[in-house]
Amino acid sequence: MIVTTSFARPFIETSDQVFVLLKEWLVGFLPAPWQPAAGVVLSVAAIVGLFPVLFAFTTVLERKGLGRIQNRIGPNRVGPLGLLQPLADGIKSLTKEDIVPARADRAVHFLAPLVLVVTVFMGFAVVPMGRNMVLVDMDAGLLFYFAMGTSTELAIFMAGWSSRNKYSLLGAMRAVAQMISYEVALLLSSVVVVMMAGSLSLTRIVAAQNQYTWGLPHWYIFTPWGLAGFLMYAIATTAETNRSPFDLPEGESELVAGYHTEYSGFKFALFFLGEYLAMFSISGLGATLFLGGWSAPFSFLTWIPSWIWFFSKLMLSIFVFIWLRGTLPRLRQDQLMNFAWKFVLPMTLLNLLVAALWRFLGEGWERWVFCTAILVAAYVVMGRAGMRREHFGPRSYRYAE
Amino acid sequence: MFGEGILKGLAETARNFFGSFVSAERLITVEYPEQRIAPFEAARVFPFLVFDAKNPGDSKNPGNGEDWLAGLRCVACQICEKECPPQCIFIEKSKDKKPDFVGKPQNYPVRFEIDISVCMSCQICVEVCPFEAIKMDTALELSTEDRFGGLLLDLEQLAKPNEYYHRIHPAGAAEVDARLAEEKVKAEEKAKAAAEAAAAAAEAAKTKAAADAASQNQPDEEGSR
Repeated sequence: MIVTTSFARPFIETSDQVFVLLKEWLVGFLPAPWQPAAGVVLSVAAIVGLFPVLFAFTTVLERKGLGRIQNRIGPNRVGPLGLLQPLADGIKSLTKEDIVPARADRAVHFLAPLVLVVTVFMGFAVVPMGRNMVLVDMDAGLLFYFAMGTSTELAIFMAGWSSRNKYSLLGAMRAVAQMISYEVALLLSSVVVVMMAGSLSLTRIVAAQNQYTWGLPHWYIFTPWGLAGFLMYAIATTAETNRSPFDLPEGESELVAGYHTEYSGFKFALFFLGEYLAMFSISGLGATLFLGGWSAPFSFLTWIPSWIWFFSKLMLSIFVFIWLRGTLPRLRQDQLMNFAWKFVLPMTLLNLLVAALWRFLGEGWERWVFCTAILVAAYVVMGRAGMRREHFGPRSYRYAE
Repeated sequence: MFGEGILKGLAETARNFFGSFVSAERLITVEYPEQRIAPFEAARVFPFLVFDAKNPGDSKNPGNGEDWLAGLRCVACQICEKECPPQCIFIEKSKDKKPDFVGKPQNYPVRFEIDISVCMSCQICVEVCPFEAIKMDTALELSTEDRFGGLLLDLEQLAKPNEYYHRIHPAGAAEVDARLAEEKVKAEEKAKAAAEAAAAAAEAAKTKAAADAASQNQPDEEGSR
């Protein structure tokens, strides 16, 4: 903590805790027995209100970013610089006809988008978005998050199955295969953080990283196992949120729109929302696990409110997502599966060993050298093995010669 | 091999992303309603009918009255109507005749309609027209609120002056004008030759008649036979 004058300190603390204080002030108007419940309702309302707005903002940002990547201007008609585009899109999707296929399973078809959005919102409950800004400080917060994250697969399969459409079903099958494969890698890549922090509580994981040596933070990404874990985590999250280059479940050139082919109007908007919310929450979790959550990147910047740091890390991840989408082409199904099971999974498993090694080598330069060497060697060997071309000879026929 | 291809790709897209903010020539998109590109000379949308206005620059303005109708090159021969593959042309021929540009009496269309919702812009009507009367237009902003009547263009909407044709297809129009002028000269020469021939014939007939009259009292060998 830098030395601050007696005048600046209260101001810094207030700006850091502004939302917490606001909530306490509002709750203070109610009788004491109602206060805890009202506090929870307020926090939920804040999350449910904030992230859809962020989603609207991100859709226009994404379209403009992709446009710039392709040397276009992007949306520029609705409002100044096209910033009111999401409003127009929202009105359009609200006024569209809600079509349910004649032979669809109506109940499941109706429930799927709701289940998706609800489970995605549940994930936000445990992510600390600033100092003291977490809805539920669970001891097993990470476990809860992954339980909720896995439930979105159920929603996607519900959507694909209930539509009674081959494209929907194919998209859902791909989605489930992909998400289950990468769920394993996602979990294993975050286990290293739990091993180091010694806790499943996300607030305690952030607290463990919120220390500074020579003005630099103890973020896990600045260690060999943390960097490897973060890269694996980033790959797995991209696949988990069905983003390009892992957007096979909705590959529009192959499957019309994948699992949400038969959805229109507001239900489609909910799928769209759910997808982006999942992106936000998983980026927030990534920031929490590897990028120090709401902590500042340098000790002399700790006066900037913690929630600003959290959301800048979140938006930075979103920007990387958009950048990757603008760069990489879609993978093939077999490449996707090979990548998950033959590269990402072994690397995460090895990373567990490296993290353990790091823990037991003790303080000193040896652990940096050993851990880095192991990871780089494994990367080179697996990269070479993965890139090895299989040479097929001329095709020979047994019967039709 | 180890992901440097991905890094190269990311660098390329980043260069595009930032470059599009700095250099304007990267953004090649034409912002359509505000900016426009002049149509190419070879562009074609739907056919229109050419008329020769008496006063240059004349369009169908009220001061010129029915001038545009008088200058219409179309003679209602109905070849285009018969040749049109999607059958989108309807022509009603006039009962009377009026002189065309070489002075020859010709029919003219009383009704000439093209349903542009049916027209496929094949240009066959232009190819078959012997009178250079129908040409392809480049006007493309033809959207209308009336999907039936609004897309059925009548004679008045179709007729456009030769100056307009010159403006949209300069080379083609010049060639057509040269050919028409040549034809007109040829027609005039022919007419002159015909007139001379007629005059000569009349002269011959006159002299013959005089000669006949002179030998009237002598019995005709042929006649007596």
